[in-house]
Amino acid sequence: MARVTELSINGTRLPVEADPDTPLLTVLRDHLDLTGTKYGCGEGQCGACTVLLDGQPVRSCITPLHAAAGKKITTIEGIHHPLQDAFLEEGAMQCGYCTSGMIVSGVALLEKNPQPSHDEIVHHMNGNICRCGTYLRILAAIEKAASHA
Amino acid sequence: MPEAVERPEAERYEMAARPTYRFAVDRRDFLGLLGGGLLIVFSANAQEGRGFRRSEALPQDLNAWLHIGNDGTVTVCTGKAEVGQNIRTSLSQAASEELHCPIASIQLVMADTALTPYDMGTFGSRTTPAMAPQIRRAAATARETLLDLAAEHWKTDRAKLTMADGKVTCQDGKSIGFGELTKGQRLSRTIPREEAVARPQCQSAAKVAGREFVTGQHKYASDMHRPGMLYGRVLRPPAFDATLANLNAPSAPGVTVVHEKDFVGVAARDPQAAAHALSLLKAEWKSEPARVSSGAELYKHLKKTAAPGEGNLHGSIEAGLADADVKAQATYTVAYIAHAPLEPRAALAEWTDGQLTVWTGTQCPFRVREELGEAFGISQERVRVIVPDTGSAYGGKHSGECAVEAARLAKAAGRPVKLVWTREEEFTWAYFRPAGVIEVSSGARHDGTITAWDFHNYNSGGSAIDGLYDIPNRRTTFHPADSPLRQGSYRGLAATANHFAREVHIDELAHAAGMEPLAFRLKNIKDPRLRAVVEAATERFGWGQGSGIGMSCGFEKNGYIATCAQVGVDGSRIRVRRVVEAFDCGAVVNPDHLKNQIQGSISMALGGALFEQIRFSDGRIENARFSQYRVPRFADIPQIEVVLVDRPDLPSAGAGETPIVGLAPAVSNAVFHLTGKRLRSLPMQL
Repeated sequence: MARVTELSINGTRLPVEADPDTPLLTVLRDHLDLTGTKYGCGEGQCGACTVLLDGQPVRSCITPLHAAAGKKITTIEGIHHPLQDAFLEEGAMQCGYCTSGMIVSGVALLEKNPQPSHDEIVHHMNGNICRCGTYLRILAAIEKAASHA
Repeated sequence: MPEAVERPEAERYEMAARPTYRFAVDRRDFLGLLGGGLLIVFSANAQEGRGFRRSEALPQDLNAWLHIGNDGTVTVCTGKAEVGQNIRTSLSQAASEELHCPIASIQLVMADTALTPYDMGTFGSRTTPAMAPQIRRAAATARETLLDLAAEHWKTDRAKLTMADGKVTCQDGKSIGFGELTKGQRLSRTIPREEAVARPQCQSAAKVAGREFVTGQHKYASDMHRPGMLYGRVLRPPAFDATLANLNAPSAPGVTVVHEKDFVGVAARDPQAAAHALSLLKAEWKSEPARVSSGAELYKHLKKTAAPGEGNLHGSIEAGLADADVKAQATYTVAYIAHAPLEPRAALAEWTDGQLTVWTGTQCPFRVREELGEAFGISQERVRVIVPDTGSAYGGKHSGECAVEAARLAKAAGRPVKLVWTREEEFTWAYFRPAGVIEVSSGARHDGTITAWDFHNYNSGGSAIDGLYDIPNRRTTFHPADSPLRQGSYRGLAATANHFAREVHIDELAHAAGMEPLAFRLKNIKDPRLRAVVEAATERFGWGQGSGIGMSCGFEKNGYIATCAQVGVDGSRIRVRRVVEAFDCGAVVNPDHLKNQIQGSISMALGGALFEQIRFSDGRIENARFSQYRVPRFADIPQIEVVLVDRPDLPSAGAGETPIVGLAPAVSNAVFHLTGKRLRSLPMQL
């Protein structure tokens, strides 16, 4: 498999040196110190590690480095979106560990569908776990950001 | 009452297990004990806070708690840890309210054993009732000191001075900032123990540092980095009681392998290299035949191994049953469940000149410091534990295994080591909320008076075992038993199991007596605060309308709770449609954060009620992944309405736990109302 020598992350090209099978999550967190993206399960079940690849949400814990080569990667550090303010206004977090993944997933939805219905939000977000149970507030934050779009 | 050092409730399960590891002690470490190394401390007197033991009172020196910087920033120290309950905010509110300054000018230093006074741990919902008043007393003492300083500065009468917006202002209009008054010097005052504190102002302050979380900037323990840091992994046995018979560990460049007794771990330059090094280890384990599996066998085992327990008896059960027109008898069970904090246990350990510093996500930094000291045979004075605001815990992060493992690897590698448990490790090697069996027999008269109540809890714990029903003949007994799994604290712990059994059984007895469940409850409850939440919840819910409705009520950790639920059934699946919960925890500190805790508790409670259970056999956890252990998700969450019953005239109780106890029984009773089927086991399945 071809080596990957650089990634395009949040609009910047960054050199990388890792085996092409390395999970993108590991490259982001442990090679590039972009720790806003979180580890939660390692099997794509919790959404804490969600990043955008060319605007599409993916679970970076099960995405190998080679799959991200040549694509535009957006992590929470590269997100500047009204949804972040909406999270603060709605108090949509407790411990905050799921928040990065929630916001990246939510932004992916709003970029594709600026006025999602309640059911569309639930369906889109159902792969993200908030163990503290702030789900209703996260829904309210996404609805608020959508209404301001 | 002086604010003595906190004690957990007598019936609370605290982790009995001692440190998992005790490593051979290096002779040089013993010699080092005599050295008394230098620790970084916040101020000389902060040391008063270090080394405090359970039997000792909290330090009274203001310097241990509070410092005012040159720029007027107020630094407040507390040993409590932020794990999502938003106490960084509520404690900052307490200080800012006393000092009449913006919350933004309060810097809370939390859970750092070198900087903060000793604290037993962040559990038992004790922060709001015990730590907030302590911080209020410290801040009030600082306020009085600042007013004295200003009076002296202007050579004026103190009565002419007021404090607002972080400044002291004189009647003639001149004002002076806190920093200008103290010039960064220590405030030498003693905090009066007995001083009454003001009640909270009931303000919905926003989460402190909230923006760091929505931008990914906050550094959890698992995000920490130190120069030269390596990544650790630990080789886990195939079963809980397995011991290491043989290990073949090929050497690899740049990899540190530690093998000491049953501990085997590696440290390498990045996580991939560590995982690869781990895969090269060839271990043979010896395992005892496992004793018990989950399911019916577990509950039999708990009954079989139960101790007689000490019952709390009033009147005579026999007489009460003889006096009854109707009787009920039933057995309830609760499964082991996992905390599953989204941030698994993580620790970064660094040794410098025989001093150990560990950044880790824990609710009990001082306990973890103790464990580290014991594990390495060094004085606690040489160990510093720092807890960055942590990715949740729910009672699951009391102990320091991960910190000890990281420190062992770092010691061998001679470099800092970060260890982040995998999700499978978190599900397997932490500890669980106890499983339990509860047997209840009871009797009532046709008019709804409960005459007898005999309640036996096997293994799941004694918290909230006594309800608030007025029953003349009653006995409640907690029977400790042999737990096949390592068990410990959990949000709401046994109060969830005891409320589940009690409130479902009350419904059963009401049904047997031919009475409507709300009327039946009110007939047997005198406590005015419990009646008030029951009335508040049922009124908001519109009790009595519609099908599939159920309710529960109760009391735990000085909080009063009533929950109403409406359910539907979709094939074999129970769908909770709507929940109304009324809660009285005394004076409300921060209504929005309180609602957040209640909504979160109800959402988390859905898991234990409907899906969550640890399956195990042969000493192994069978479902140690989120793909196998179902937790609540967006699509599971009902409409939730919270009714806050504010009592500004009463002290504030903690609120992170009690709101979790009402959901399961309300749902069970609602399912009965809809289907006629009694569900007596958690998780409930139709």
